[in-house]
Amino acid sequence: MLSAEAGTALAADAAPNPWFDLSWVADNWSTILPLAGQHVRLTLVSVLIGAAIAFPLALLARRSRGLAAGVLGFSTFLYTIPSLAMFAFVAPFTGLSETTVAIGLVLYSLVVLVRNFLAGLQAVPAEVLEAARGMGYGRRRLLLRVELPLALPAVMTGLRIATVSTVALVTVGVIVGQGGLGQLIIVNGFGANYYRPPIVFGTLACVLLALVADQLLGLVERLLTPWARA
Amino acid sequence: MSALADAVVWLNDPLNWTRPRGILELAGQHLRISALAMGIALVVALPPAVWLGHRGRSGGFLLGLSNVSRAVPTLAILTIFAVTPLGFTIWAPVIALAVFAIPPVLANTYVGFREVDRDVVEAARAMGMTGRQVAWRVELPLALPLVMTGIRTAAVQVVATATLAALLGGGTLGAVIRSGFGRQDYGIVVAGALLVAALALLTELVLAAVSRAVTPGPPRRLLPSLRPRRAQVAALPPT
Repeated sequence: MLSAEAGTALAADAAPNPWFDLSWVADNWSTILPLAGQHVRLTLVSVLIGAAIAFPLALLARRSRGLAAGVLGFSTFLYTIPSLAMFAFVAPFTGLSETTVAIGLVLYSLVVLVRNFLAGLQAVPAEVLEAARGMGYGRRRLLLRVELPLALPAVMTGLRIATVSTVALVTVGVIVGQGGLGQLIIVNGFGANYYRPPIVFGTLACVLLALVADQLLGLVERLLTPWARA
Repeated sequence: MSALADAVVWLNDPLNWTRPRGILELAGQHLRISALAMGIALVVALPPAVWLGHRGRSGGFLLGLSNVSRAVPTLAILTIFAVTPLGFTIWAPVIALAVFAIPPVLANTYVGFREVDRDVVEAARAMGMTGRQVAWRVELPLALPLVMTGIRTAAVQVVATATLAALLGGGTLGAVIRSGFGRQDYGIVVAGALLVAALALLTELVLAAVSRAVTPGPPRRLLPSLRPRRAQVAALPPT
């Protein structure tokens, strides 16, 4: 009897730790917003730089079989390295900065993008290329007017996969203190006496961000490929 | 590149391997957590996937599940399990990792059984094989490469993600990286990164060898071809 009373008293004294708490979100908006901004910024920068490097790399790789095998083999190897290790490899050069996280994420998105760009370019039918050449298309015009539009669906698929996985990976940046919404999960939640509201909110925000980005890119794809609409 | 030199020096100190919470103990715990998670994932995922694929039932939702799972940060799920009553036990990371290992095993096994040539199945039935015999003697050998791909993908992801458990106080190899950052010693950070990367690559190679050993038919290349030859489930993102 006595111990039961002691137990309830303890439960009443313990700080509440609900799984979801909208008032926490409202009260901590000024913490959440910059972290969400960092999350979006890191994702955008990483995927854009990744794409900017992947595109010439794919063009280079398709010139020879050996080169393509080399590029793809190395990218597969990169993909196997866990993100925590990747950030740890980069950190001695760039320290506890956003750059460290961005470099790691660029490397991962590069892998997806090179593969998809290459697959898209290689899937252009030979007859189409022949016909375009027969019509007097030069190499440059062939690339811009024929090959790129036909490779676009594969390119966009690559961008969508890279974006969704980058959004998830930004959280690991917490190891160098630059994890976007991951900071909420680890620092404001787990590190603050296992407080649950920031953990659950951070998780939901990450998933929402990934889904919104995916839908936006899907919309862009539809706008860019009007001929594919049934 | 003094960090790399420091890392080599640190790795060459036997005490760093054998002391309590040294490399050997952390690696052991890392593998124990990973193996338990894979065991749970296989027990949960294989039976329904085989059944659905064998029956030819629609399993679109399985593929959808594996697509949705890539949007959820592994670190977030690890943290959520760590703040349940399971936290502080080994089961928090084990179950969190199993959650992420289930979708690839489910999806690949389902597709593997589903994509078996229907003519072959028909021929087996015409020879008088029962449904069970068809599943085990005809479909399983033909589906095995894809089943093994699913298991390998999941296992590599589990081993990689187990690293992150160290951010939540777990005693996996990620703890080396974390303690390196804690002491602002980039030598230890890089040493930890080398250990973690080596374990991930080793897992990939060992499982590629296992899948080659158990796959019937002519020997295949050790690592999977980079261009898919037949129905394949999209690769998982890094963790």
